[in-house]
Amino acid sequence: MEIVKLIIRNSFRHKLRSLLTILGIAIAVIAFGLLRTVVTAWYAGVESSSVDRLVTRDAVSFIFPLPYSYLDKISQIPGVQEVSYANWFGGTYIDKNNFFSRLAVNADNYFDVYPEFLLNKKELEDFKKERNSCVIGKDIAKQYNLKIGDVMSLDGDIFPGRWDFVIRGIYQPKYKSTDATQMLFHWDYLNERMKQESPGRANDIGWFIEKIKNPDNASVVSEKIDALFKNSSAETKTETERAFQQGFIASSSAIITSMNVMSFVIVGIILLVLANTMIMSARERTKEYAVFKAIGFNAKHLTGLIMGESLFISALGGTLGLLLVFPIVAGFEANIPKGFFPIFQIEPITLILAVSAIIIIGLAAAIFPLQRALTTKIVDGFRFVG
Amino acid sequence: MPEFIQIKDLSKSYWRDNFEIPVLNNINLNIAQGEFVALMGPSGSGKTTLLNLIAGIDKPTKGTVNINGTEISSLNESALAKWRSSNVGFVFQFYNLIPVLTAYDNVELPLLLTSLSKAERRQHVETALSIVGLGDRMNHYPKQLSGGQEQRVAIARAFVTDPLILVADEPTGDLDKNSADEILALMDQLNTEFKKTIIIVTHDPHAAEKAKILHHLEKGDLIRSTNGNSKINN
Repeated sequence: MEIVKLIIRNSFRHKLRSLLTILGIAIAVIAFGLLRTVVTAWYAGVESSSVDRLVTRDAVSFIFPLPYSYLDKISQIPGVQEVSYANWFGGTYIDKNNFFSRLAVNADNYFDVYPEFLLNKKELEDFKKERNSCVIGKDIAKQYNLKIGDVMSLDGDIFPGRWDFVIRGIYQPKYKSTDATQMLFHWDYLNERMKQESPGRANDIGWFIEKIKNPDNASVVSEKIDALFKNSSAETKTETERAFQQGFIASSSAIITSMNVMSFVIVGIILLVLANTMIMSARERTKEYAVFKAIGFNAKHLTGLIMGESLFISALGGTLGLLLVFPIVAGFEANIPKGFFPIFQIEPITLILAVSAIIIIGLAAAIFPLQRALTTKIVDGFRFVG
Repeated sequence: MPEFIQIKDLSKSYWRDNFEIPVLNNINLNIAQGEFVALMGPSGSGKTTLLNLIAGIDKPTKGTVNINGTEISSLNESALAKWRSSNVGFVFQFYNLIPVLTAYDNVELPLLLTSLSKAERRQHVETALSIVGLGDRMNHYPKQLSGGQEQRVAIARAFVTDPLILVADEPTGDLDKNSADEILALMDQLNTEFKKTIIIVTHDPHAAEKAKILHHLEKGDLIRSTNGNSKINN
């Protein structure tokens, strides 16, 4: 008989209690994993942002456009390697619930500025040649069963009317964190229609994207760009792509923060569930621990027994939770609009946090029962009536 | 030659709500190696406390307990635990077996603290269980055994490490007469054949008959010691 065998047998002495505790831990780990995944999904745009890209938008708000004429001036700033631009199109594809980014972009160089959107040479050439063409991310193609040559029709809201686009390319994400749910089409195509239908909105740019030569000069270049348009009718705010993305999610920060806090509250709940089980078990075994001490088991042995049991139960519940969280997150992802969370996956940091929490909880839950077992005198232990 | 167990001026008090409750008063007692001693007396006389002090599971308020040259009352908890594991075997009134372990595993417990190999431990456990007559019940759990059988497993656990002393607190207190007789015969065998020093606490005169020396306590005092029919002055 080894001590490990005794730990395992002790863990299942009260099968129902142990089972409920294990299930409680598993459910808490699932909730923790799901909440953390939602939080990390929210920050996915921030995490995937590039250090060598700046974004210039209207200084007052992102919703106000900038004049196209800024393009040449920005291009001449020292340190700027290439400038592209984009407009948020919005619109509806088939159903309002089908949410994904639809952007009017500078077709000539957008894929140069975003090298993580992988598009083969032929598809890129076809896209550049055809004004009413578009490129979509592979996730969008998969979700709506779209292929090259298909026509995507959008009902415009910000830019009213029916808009038809021919798919000429399907880009692949270079990294796991790259958004593969975007639809990109020619800004020129949008601008031409605006000139005809709403001339006051022609030559409007949503934001400029600057690829810079040296990321260390980001703040200097930003200041130079903004200084260029100081006191103009459309002052600019230039920031790193990361800061720009963070600005997007700032409006939801209260929700994200509360979800973050909740995920750690859940860790506290697991601790209480397991600690309660361990305290009850240790109390019931007061006399047994006295026997162990009487026959020569010392503090080290009792620590091994009690902490081992606590860690074992915690590990069982945690492992079950981690095994279940993957299909549950996949099911969750399948039931939310695809573009709402372009990257929705369990991040390694979530797994590391969950495993760390399981270990820490296993150890922490054993502290009170251990303290009781070690400090109870043998003779008091024998007299104990539970 | 010094006595195997020497108890000098031993006193023990407990404190309850700032009140000192004396349990043992200035006990002086010697026990020779290989003796079978019974501590007798009414409830509250201090016999279990004295047994606990001899076994090293309680500390005296005053006085010393010297066993085979070791002053156990001065050892720290860790050293005392180590000393107990190799010198004392415990038998309790309610057996105190671990319910989730088989008879074999229960007897093997004290051997886990030794450097014996698994095969050596198996040999020791099988021998101990054979001596108590439970060689065929090794894989039974405590709840699958009768009270007498459980106590025999507890005795096997007590002597499997070959300790010098066996201490037993009311070992027959929870048993019917036949089972009690079997347990007493077993303890007698351990004393006569295996030369174990045995100290039991008992109310039962029938159990005390097996002992060679009886020490009578009353209200914390050792009032007399008897050997067979002869009365020995303390």
